[in-house]
Amino acid sequence: MLLDLVDIIRENWLLLLIGQYPNGPLGGFAATLILSVLSIALAFPLSVLIAFARFSTNPLLLWPATVLVYVARGVPLLMLILWVYFMVPLLIGANVPGFVTMLVTLVIYEGAFLSEVVRGGIVALGRGQVETARALGHGYFGAMIHIILPQALYNVMPSILSQFVSAIKETTLGYVINVPELTFAANQVNNQLLTKPFEVFFLLAIIYFLVCWTLTRAALVLERRIAHKRAGMPGVALSLNPQMPVPEP
Amino acid sequence: MQDFDLVAVLTNPEFRAMLLGGLVMTFVVAVGSWCLAMGLAITLLVVRLVPGRVTEWLVGTYVAYHRNVPTLVQLMLWYFGISSLLPDGLQMFLTDNNGEAVFAIVALGLCQAAYFSEDLRSGLRAVPPGQTEAARALGHGFIGTMRHVLMPQALRNALPSLINHSVSLFKNSSLAMAIGVAELTHAVKEVENQSFQTFEIYLIATIAYLVCSLAIMAVGAVLSRQAAIAGAR
Repeated sequence: MLLDLVDIIRENWLLLLIGQYPNGPLGGFAATLILSVLSIALAFPLSVLIAFARFSTNPLLLWPATVLVYVARGVPLLMLILWVYFMVPLLIGANVPGFVTMLVTLVIYEGAFLSEVVRGGIVALGRGQVETARALGHGYFGAMIHIILPQALYNVMPSILSQFVSAIKETTLGYVINVPELTFAANQVNNQLLTKPFEVFFLLAIIYFLVCWTLTRAALVLERRIAHKRAGMPGVALSLNPQMPVPEP
Repeated sequence: MQDFDLVAVLTNPEFRAMLLGGLVMTFVVAVGSWCLAMGLAITLLVVRLVPGRVTEWLVGTYVAYHRNVPTLVQLMLWYFGISSLLPDGLQMFLTDNNGEAVFAIVALGLCQAAYFSEDLRSGLRAVPPGQTEAARALGHGFIGTMRHVLMPQALRNALPSLINHSVSLFKNSSLAMAIGVAELTHAVKEVENQSFQTFEIYLIATIAYLVCSLAIMAVGAVLSRQAAIAGAR
């Protein structure tokens, strides 16, 4: 079996790595990586805006942001992909490639989830920071940009990295709308070989595992380092994830 | 695009039957895998409590694998891969008896068990060690301490994340369409192909998913309120 795995890698490594690139669209692992990096990079600014809107007292900002977050939390990503696949060509009046469809969906979806992370980071900072900043003469946005966000975003860096791992895992759903990424390439390999489905999909699982596990470990190390750094500061909660119970003293 | 007509889709008996059938299948997959996941999560938790490096490593590997490999890939590995390793008789039996749904329940259940067991474990770890010592001092044995003192508090701590992960399990049931399970998203695609009323059908399905997810979150909120101790910090 191990020999089969080596054979599959030797014969298909290029397809798994970059898809049919010079002769077709960029695919394989490269597409997976580009898709997840781009989606997080674009979702991040969006998430900060959504988080601000969720703190706002203006119903015109508060309501759409709240609805967006709950829709993203309550509706399967697959359903959102179908929506974007259907709506984006209608709105812009032209067909878009599956890669773009997937990117748009992931930016909205990850933006909503990241906004909860950012919001959690701001809440965990406590009211004292805002009050002090305001007392020192900062305006609302000045306090947010110069005092709150730098601290909150630094504290939630591990969670952002975890969200990046989620993004890598979510790009697999592009397979459903034929986006040429890693899972799609593995299915191509499987359709060529026909006789070794277990080996092909086991190999696929190993590749995802190695990438995501490494990043998860990195997030853990980062979290420990930040918690250690913060430990010296009184009044700052060590638990950065608001859903997790803070251990009682 | 045709005119917006929600009623036409809902009153067409064929479409309504397909969508309802899809919804029922979504519930079957979600509830089935939830039960499997919870049973397995408790087993994993108990195994992890047994002191020893081997059990610790085994459970750790199980959890790491299921959390770091995309759920869709796990589904494919089960449906295309592991199914091909089964004996022929069993393969035939599964093909005749809705094998896709069985594999979907197994794959989603095993995957979610990793999340549930981690939730329970961090809930248990958040219970102060004094509780164990006090329970043992009062004459409870290991089982009694677990059952009457530690687990009730651990469950209370773990409740919010258990609910969150139950919602994602429900949402992940939609992935089963990729291996051909006739659940809601699959039914949506079928009805769309026949009626071309994409907007209406997507809207119906989205609302159905949203209502169910919000209902799970609401039940969770009620449970958390009931579980909360009056006057607790």
